[in-house]
Amino acid sequence: MRLIYPTSFRIIRVPCTGKVDVQHMLRALEKGADGVCVIGCMEGECLYKTGNFRARKRVEQVQRILQSIGADPGRARMYNLSSSDGPLFAKYAGEMDAQIRELGPNPMKKKKQSAA
Amino acid sequence: MIVADKKPVEEIIEYVKDCQKILVLGCNECVTVCEAGGKKEVGVLAATLRMYFSNQGTEDVQVDERTLERQCDHEYLEEIRDIADQYDAIVSIACGVGIQFTAEKYHSIPVYPGVNTCFLGVTEQRGLWTERCQACGQCILAYTGGICPVARCAKRLFNGPCGGSSKGKCEINKELDCAWQLIIDRLKAIDRMDLYEKLFNVKDWSTDRAGGPRKVEREDVQI
Repeated sequence: MRLIYPTSFRIIRVPCTGKVDVQHMLRALEKGADGVCVIGCMEGECLYKTGNFRARKRVEQVQRILQSIGADPGRARMYNLSSSDGPLFAKYAGEMDAQIRELGPNPMKKKKQSAA
Repeated sequence: MIVADKKPVEEIIEYVKDCQKILVLGCNECVTVCEAGGKKEVGVLAATLRMYFSNQGTEDVQVDERTLERQCDHEYLEEIRDIADQYDAIVSIACGVGIQFTAEKYHSIPVYPGVNTCFLGVTEQRGLWTERCQACGQCILAYTGGICPVARCAKRLFNGPCGGSSKGKCEINKELDCAWQLIIDRLKAIDRMDLYEKLFNVKDWSTDRAGGPRKVEREDVQI
């Protein structure tokens, strides 16, 4: 399809979004990622039945944690799409990229760059 | 097991906001099972605190992680003897027992709670824990079909249900089972309704908290 999506995206493949834990998302943010986006299968179409619902709850948990420490909860987001829907993936990636650019760099990342 | 629940992050931040070096200390036992204070929760809380301090611009605050096998035994708590002194504060996410024992053992270091310790209970399903025992010190489960009226009846009644029992539910909450309904159902199932006919003597509450902090002393296992 040769679709274009932002180069800022780093894709980490997991067997199911149910594998993604709060710890993984926090670690990414702590290590300097400007945002974390979990993209799971359509709701009701999880091969493992509830993996994507679990992921959504965990993303919401991360959003609550971010809010409680004064960071923007929008840095963590969850999307659902079918694995064959490339154009939608590109659209969501663009959306996430635009939102994160609006929020600016992750404060943790800024600290590390200035320290280097 | 001892069931605990996570404290709001804001409350923990309030305890440690002026510290420079913090140790988040977890426990591998009960609080791991109830997902409030195990190794994973230590990781989440420590990352949260680190991110909080970074957001505040306090770059030099160090937050370390450690999870002990138990915090209610000398030998496991001794494992942090060589590092404990370097911290301004320890945030313990063990149960209240572990938090207190850590504070006793490391007398000069502030130890703060990272969880609210709730009760002795069971995992009914993932994410749902309910109370089963109040540690009254004199178990009567043999006579009540294995269901405790001290822990599960709102009035701690010993001789049958009160007038508030309706359709098997307690009057204080329509979702709460009437303990005496459960006891009667169970006694019927094991064909021991004769126990229900037997009147309980007045319970000796001196073994409960009414007698102050309690202890169990067994010379046979002492060294």
